[in-house]
Amino acid sequence: MLIYALKRLSIALLVAITVSLITFSMIYLSGDPAIALAGETATQQDIENIRKVYGYDQPIIVQYLSWLGHALQGNLGHSHYLKSEVSDVIFERLPVTMTLGACSLGFALVLSIPLGVLAAMRPNTLVDRFALTVAVIGQALPSFWFALIMIFFFGVALRWLPITGSASWTNFIMPSIALGYYVTPAVMRLTRAGMIEVLSSDYIRTARAKGLRPMVVLFKHALRNAIIPVVSLAAVQFGFMLGGSIVIETIFAINGLGQLAWESILRADLPMMQAIVLVLSCFYIVLTFLADLLNAFLDPRIRVS
Amino acid sequence: MFRKVILSTALAAAATLAVAPAAYAGKADDTLVWSTTREVAVADPYYNNTRELVIMGNTVWDGLLFRNLKTGEFEPLLATSYKWVDNTTIDFDLRTDVVFHDGSKFGPEDVVYTVNFVSNADNGVLTQANVKFLKSAEKTGPNSVRILLKEPFPAALAYFAQAVFMMPEGHYDSAPAGPDGKKDYAAVKAVGTGPYKIVNVVAGDRVEMVRNDAYFKNGPKGTAAIGKLTFRTIKEMNTQIAEMLTGGVDWIWDVPKDQAEKLGGMGNVTVTNAKTMRISYIAFDVDGDSGDAHFKDKRVREAVAHAINRKSIVENLVGPASVVIDSACHPDQFGCTQDVPKWNYDPAKSKALLKEAGLADGFTTDIYAYRQREFTEAVIGDLANVGIKANLKFMQYRALRDLVWKGVTPLHHMTWGSNSIPDVSASTGHFFSGGHDDPAKDPTVAKLMKEGDTSVDPAVRKAKYKEALSRISGELYWLPMFTYAKYYAYTSDLDFVPTSDEIPRFYTAKWK
Repeated sequence: MLIYALKRLSIALLVAITVSLITFSMIYLSGDPAIALAGETATQQDIENIRKVYGYDQPIIVQYLSWLGHALQGNLGHSHYLKSEVSDVIFERLPVTMTLGACSLGFALVLSIPLGVLAAMRPNTLVDRFALTVAVIGQALPSFWFALIMIFFFGVALRWLPITGSASWTNFIMPSIALGYYVTPAVMRLTRAGMIEVLSSDYIRTARAKGLRPMVVLFKHALRNAIIPVVSLAAVQFGFMLGGSIVIETIFAINGLGQLAWESILRADLPMMQAIVLVLSCFYIVLTFLADLLNAFLDPRIRVS
Repeated sequence: MFRKVILSTALAAAATLAVAPAAYAGKADDTLVWSTTREVAVADPYYNNTRELVIMGNTVWDGLLFRNLKTGEFEPLLATSYKWVDNTTIDFDLRTDVVFHDGSKFGPEDVVYTVNFVSNADNGVLTQANVKFLKSAEKTGPNSVRILLKEPFPAALAYFAQAVFMMPEGHYDSAPAGPDGKKDYAAVKAVGTGPYKIVNVVAGDRVEMVRNDAYFKNGPKGTAAIGKLTFRTIKEMNTQIAEMLTGGVDWIWDVPKDQAEKLGGMGNVTVTNAKTMRISYIAFDVDGDSGDAHFKDKRVREAVAHAINRKSIVENLVGPASVVIDSACHPDQFGCTQDVPKWNYDPAKSKALLKEAGLADGFTTDIYAYRQREFTEAVIGDLANVGIKANLKFMQYRALRDLVWKGVTPLHHMTWGSNSIPDVSASTGHFFSGGHDDPAKDPTVAKLMKEGDTSVDPAVRKAKYKEALSRISGELYWLPMFTYAKYYAYTSDLDFVPTSDEIPRFYTAKWK
């Protein structure tokens, strides 16, 4: 098991480094980083000077290997734009994004799992149709539009919630709903499908025949099995939220990692972009790994296999 | 490392959710919150080249001179007087009643240190365009300095007023060294002499400033009336507007025309359209380097010029403070005459010219752009009306400039802000001196610009610039389009006057 886990982690790290190399190349090839750094009024001579001072005159592979060498020693580099240690900036902004991701996932699970269970208990009824409608709306509604609607309703018209920033827990309510609602349909549908399948299985029939209380059958026997694929999906969605919170962070002016990633691409801040990709990839890998462990805990058959 | 991340994340998340400081803004809190879409990470006008730092540069720091916007004259600010000794030497006498925000006294040593530091290219100043004319400085007396220029540069006064800000002696000495051993000069805490001082920078989120109560009296900037200034980054314009409406933000700009008009109808928001120093232009591939040889033919360039309804774009998309320009510079810049060959909107004439050039059925080309997509789309529509199908290639500025320099763009629709420097040398001088941005590399124009840029006789400068600008417009190397105008929206509690150079003077604002 340990060897398997280590092998998986090694492969995953190689994937992260490969992604990092591709990202590095693509950002570099999409335009001269020195131009982005120098600003629009700089002349060619100014830009050449900046290229030299900031090390952009080195071949791209040399720049990348230099970064990788430092990264492997725990040094993620120095942001040319922010003028700070990359690791400091990431550790400063990651908590905000993690908080947003966790709140969003929490909202998504709280909404989608009960809805999925209810829909599975009463398939093709009004409850099921309501749950599916919630899912369809979640899939169809662009998150930025939903976010803006909430801002103007709860922020401007009713003035119940703060619109921007991350100063208090109330700042996270609207962004979490906007981000979380986007992943609700997938979780709800998976829960519903899993529960329908499990509820029609023999062991549930046996449990009912033994006279167990319906709630015990539902939550102890059925949901425990139906939730297994949801755990994997939730882990994947959490990783997705960390990387994909750019739009929500931008709209709500949340100073997190998503916004930092977007800005780093625009201004070709290569060390920063590299580090963000690496950190997010590592998170993604760890989350997937933890989901596998949790699944093994929930389903003994996985442990045996 | 992962453990560190988890721990720091958990602690910071707990702190984030537990602490709930109020967001102060407005007259009641004597805090003017202004917001833009760009983030500020480095509060140093030499190591950040955004418009936000141009504004903060003029708010937190002072130059030796001050540009009087009413008269257009350069007046002493940190200096008490100045004198051109020769074409490359300026002597300054300095004020004796100025202190920096850290309490140290301002003197000639600070000027010498600043000029010698920023003029050294090895120090990696990002705003090279603002300092490259400087050669060195030397102290000439207890309250006087001499500044030497690399070559005659009459526009230097504008830079001393708006871009060359004074730092205390030794300011950058405490800069930490990065992993590569290079000094990180931008990491040094901001210290200026200006009407406001920076007290807190949260990279990407906010910069907090408070009034400098020790600011010298009777200076041309006056005494700031508002106690606190906070700059906030809010990237989404709709969110900015929402914050404006709820009082979370007091001042925004770059509001799109339609939204500005709606905001103007609300009682608590003042909306103003004000001109800026930025201009819009279309450059032609005159040499055919891009592989599209259409624009080598002047008749085709004329056809494009006659096809575009610049007046309509100005009136319908940009705003009332915008004007059509015929010259390759901003009308407010010294030497920028509009008395040059003009190309009026005349689609019939455009079609006739295309027919004469053997292109009666029109042709297809690419047009590159990076800013205000809707403006370029209007151009594309006008071109389509005369049979020119222009495919839009819209991209990031750094990518586009790369392509422009490689000569692969048949048409590029660009803008230029001149760093708000009110002198033709900052616009036409940049583009038509034979460099990579020069679409024609016409030696006659380059020679004229050089003479205009380096002469210290205003009459000679004007004459040379007029000749150059006439040739640029006459040959249609560029089609100058219009000046940019910005919509400002601010709380009606605020007494604020927008200026024409896109540098809001918050130190002159006050609450009503």
